[in-house]
Amino acid sequence: MLFMATAVHALTADEAKAIASGESESRITALNKAVITADEKTAAFIQAMSDDAVKYTEDKVFVIKDDKGYDPVTGAEAKVPDTAEDVVNNNLMRGALDAAQAALKLTSKDDAVRAEAAQALFKEPDESRIPMVEKALAAETNPGIKAQLQLVRAASMLTSADKAKRLAAAKELGANSSPDTKLLLNQRLADETEPDVKAAIIASIASIDGSLVWGDRINAVFSGISLGSVLLLAALGLAITYGLMGVINMAHGELMMIGAYATYVMQGIFQRYMPEAAFGWYLVAAIPVAFLASALVGAVLERGVIRFLYGRPLETLLATWGISLMLQQLVRSLFGAQNVGVENPGWMSGGFTMLSNVTLPWNRICIIIFAVLVLLAMGWLIGRTRLGLFVRGVTQNRPIASCMGVNTARIDTYAFALGSGIAGLAGCALSQIGNVGPDLGQSYIVDSFMVVVMGGVGQLAGTVYAAMGLGILNKFIEGWAGAVLAKIAVLVFIIIFIQKRPQGIFAMKGRSAEA
Amino acid sequence: MSNTKVVLPTKGPLLSGKGWTAFFVALIVVCAVAPVLNMVVPAGSPLHMSDYAVALVGKIMCYAICALAMDLIWGYTGILSLGHGLFFALGGYMMGMYLMRQIGRDGNYKSDLPDFMVFLDWKTLPWHWTFSDSFIATLVLIVAVPGLIAFVFGFFAFRSRIKGVYFSIITQAMTFAAMLLFFRNETGFGGNNGFTDFKRILGIPIATQEMRMTLFALTGLTLLGFFLFARWLIGSKFGRVLQAIRDAETRVMFSGYNPLPYKLTIWVISAIMCGVAGALYVPQVGIINPGEMSAANSIEIAIWAAVGGRATLIGPIIGAFIVNGAKSWLTVAYPEYWLYFLGALFIAVTLFLPNGIVGLVKKWLSREKAVPAAPNAGREEAQRAMAAAQGVEPEALHAPLIVTEVKGARA
Repeated sequence: MLFMATAVHALTADEAKAIASGESESRITALNKAVITADEKTAAFIQAMSDDAVKYTEDKVFVIKDDKGYDPVTGAEAKVPDTAEDVVNNNLMRGALDAAQAALKLTSKDDAVRAEAAQALFKEPDESRIPMVEKALAAETNPGIKAQLQLVRAASMLTSADKAKRLAAAKELGANSSPDTKLLLNQRLADETEPDVKAAIIASIASIDGSLVWGDRINAVFSGISLGSVLLLAALGLAITYGLMGVINMAHGELMMIGAYATYVMQGIFQRYMPEAAFGWYLVAAIPVAFLASALVGAVLERGVIRFLYGRPLETLLATWGISLMLQQLVRSLFGAQNVGVENPGWMSGGFTMLSNVTLPWNRICIIIFAVLVLLAMGWLIGRTRLGLFVRGVTQNRPIASCMGVNTARIDTYAFALGSGIAGLAGCALSQIGNVGPDLGQSYIVDSFMVVVMGGVGQLAGTVYAAMGLGILNKFIEGWAGAVLAKIAVLVFIIIFIQKRPQGIFAMKGRSAEA
Repeated sequence: MSNTKVVLPTKGPLLSGKGWTAFFVALIVVCAVAPVLNMVVPAGSPLHMSDYAVALVGKIMCYAICALAMDLIWGYTGILSLGHGLFFALGGYMMGMYLMRQIGRDGNYKSDLPDFMVFLDWKTLPWHWTFSDSFIATLVLIVAVPGLIAFVFGFFAFRSRIKGVYFSIITQAMTFAAMLLFFRNETGFGGNNGFTDFKRILGIPIATQEMRMTLFALTGLTLLGFFLFARWLIGSKFGRVLQAIRDAETRVMFSGYNPLPYKLTIWVISAIMCGVAGALYVPQVGIINPGEMSAANSIEIAIWAAVGGRATLIGPIIGAFIVNGAKSWLTVAYPEYWLYFLGALFIAVTLFLPNGIVGLVKKWLSREKAVPAAPNAGREEAQRAMAAAQGVEPEALHAPLIVTEVKGARA
């Protein structure tokens, strides 16, 4: 607040006019000058500028609010003549306006606002702002923000006309290894003419690159594992319904969608009926609800439709596709066609900063842990419990299992409900990282079938390897080819892979001629 | 060992007497009655066929070609393809490229290049547009591109003996990958927006009533032509092997047939039919974009065939008309219920109508007539018994079945 008090003069009519009209270049210069000596009126005027709520004539400027004109300097209402023109801001001007707003925020009392402002200024450095940044530096007490402000000063000095200042700035920036700094240095390198400064910049970039390269590798592996865990969650349920039971469930994605919407409903319930402090726990409460909701729908589907279609896989495919269409429309009727907002609970937002350019988001980390837990639980359920034994028995030899007194029809229902419930869990997890909408399932169905087919039908371990392998492969190709081409490359890879090994990574051993 | 001659079942005529009558009635309706009703009969008259109806029926006839193609590969060969939307779109894109070039300098940017290329700041046509200014080359490409892609994909898939659901899923993956590729601007097919704003075809304005009617009649002729062709194909020895592959592929192999060339041929033929349908569709609808390759579209083709009746040739055509007729009515009258209806249709047809509408009608007719056992019923009986022992249901036995309940494994 110190800064506000020392402002000697406020916004003048001439300044306002210079900012609002003329060539972009001269407007930006005027804007940057006005910011140094800003008061509340300047702030309000800049806000109006970026809201496109300013008109101007030959000699006057008006701020438009609720269809009425106001004088920006006096704040008095003024009649806008019909000849007044709208101020047009191009992208250059908008960038300058954003930076100006950030500069004004440097005096905020809130640490978070100041930190954000410093970060924004760092991306749009301008020499004219150096005095202001220095003032803010003098007043700053928070060490983190102070360091950031020093970087802003260095970045601003990088475009200085004084060679010594540029040299110092280039050296100072080399110590900060963040991708933004590298970008900034590269931009300056293109315009730089002095060989000394050029050498300093190149040295700085090299030192930044050295520390960034490990970060990039960690990032790629982490995002690969993260994508892999999402694929794994999406495919685990399918590994039961398709892998073990042989049911082609095209509505699997929609069961995930139900899980995600169940999470959304739980969020609404917590918001409305629970104390604010408990909100963070809604996600924990949503996990069993998502599981049960999807499992219930799955059980109904199995009893109502799918059990009549066992042994007719292609017709199961069509019928479950029909179910998926109906479920999508049902969700549209209940919740609307728009995506709904599911918030991360407080303990999942933010991230864990490993290196300057490596921040692992907590929600991704949680999903990886969650996927591992679901996998372990499922492995235990299938491998160690009586239900799992029955499921495996029915899968391997239905008539014999039946002769042993297993109620095969009931086991089918349980197994299908279990697979559907796991899809619900996947939906619950996906609601934390993606959009929740009626189309949520559609975007995962092809991927999850790919994972199961690739891993080998009926093989849990195969599903895990396939999910992780495809996730990491996808992210590495993405690194040099872009997201869409990576996706296409992975699909083509799978198609070719299946030609070579139609049974997936792990083939079931047997002598069947049909296999 | 012995010299006993194998007596092949006698080949029936291509169409029965009544069949030919119906065929020529359809031919006359498409080529003469519809144009007269649309162009000569005044707009106020109750007999007048509106331009909307022409566009709608024309579009549905394109879909019917797809359904027929799907029937050949699914109904008769037992291979469910979820990639026919790709072949349809490829044919459409080939036609679309030609139509884009025909716009000439009449686009928004007055350039020789199509508008979207000007927008992307491209200076020359990409290589795959080389032949797009020639109509003859376009006609060749409409057949060649879907055919070639189907051949390469099918060759590798069938050689690795990928069947059943596996095949369905990888065709879906192929279509999905292609859709992503076509969504990219860099691919050179107009990205999201695809091709639209067509102006003329062969130098003749495309939006005139005469041109629309010509395209309509051409689509009708193509549909009828493909129908006769399919009929001939299915009646031939080749067609019989296809049905044998569907019913018991392993047994066909043990009988000394290599299923690969049979499956591959019908797969390529089916893809080409879809490509032609796409090429006829684009000038009538006036737009082509990658949305045509979405998984939903390919699966819908299957449901047209299933609703009408698989393994009958008239069934898929009827199915395409019924489902799409219902679609164009419901999406206007009750837009929120269309997906419920379509979803319920998928379930109902698979659960209650395994032979589709044609199967249902046949069942009713055979009940009414209660015909005595047909001469070749004994052979069919044996066939059925053998198939039942294997757990496979032979489909499409030629005479109407007297046994009413059809249950059993069917893939």
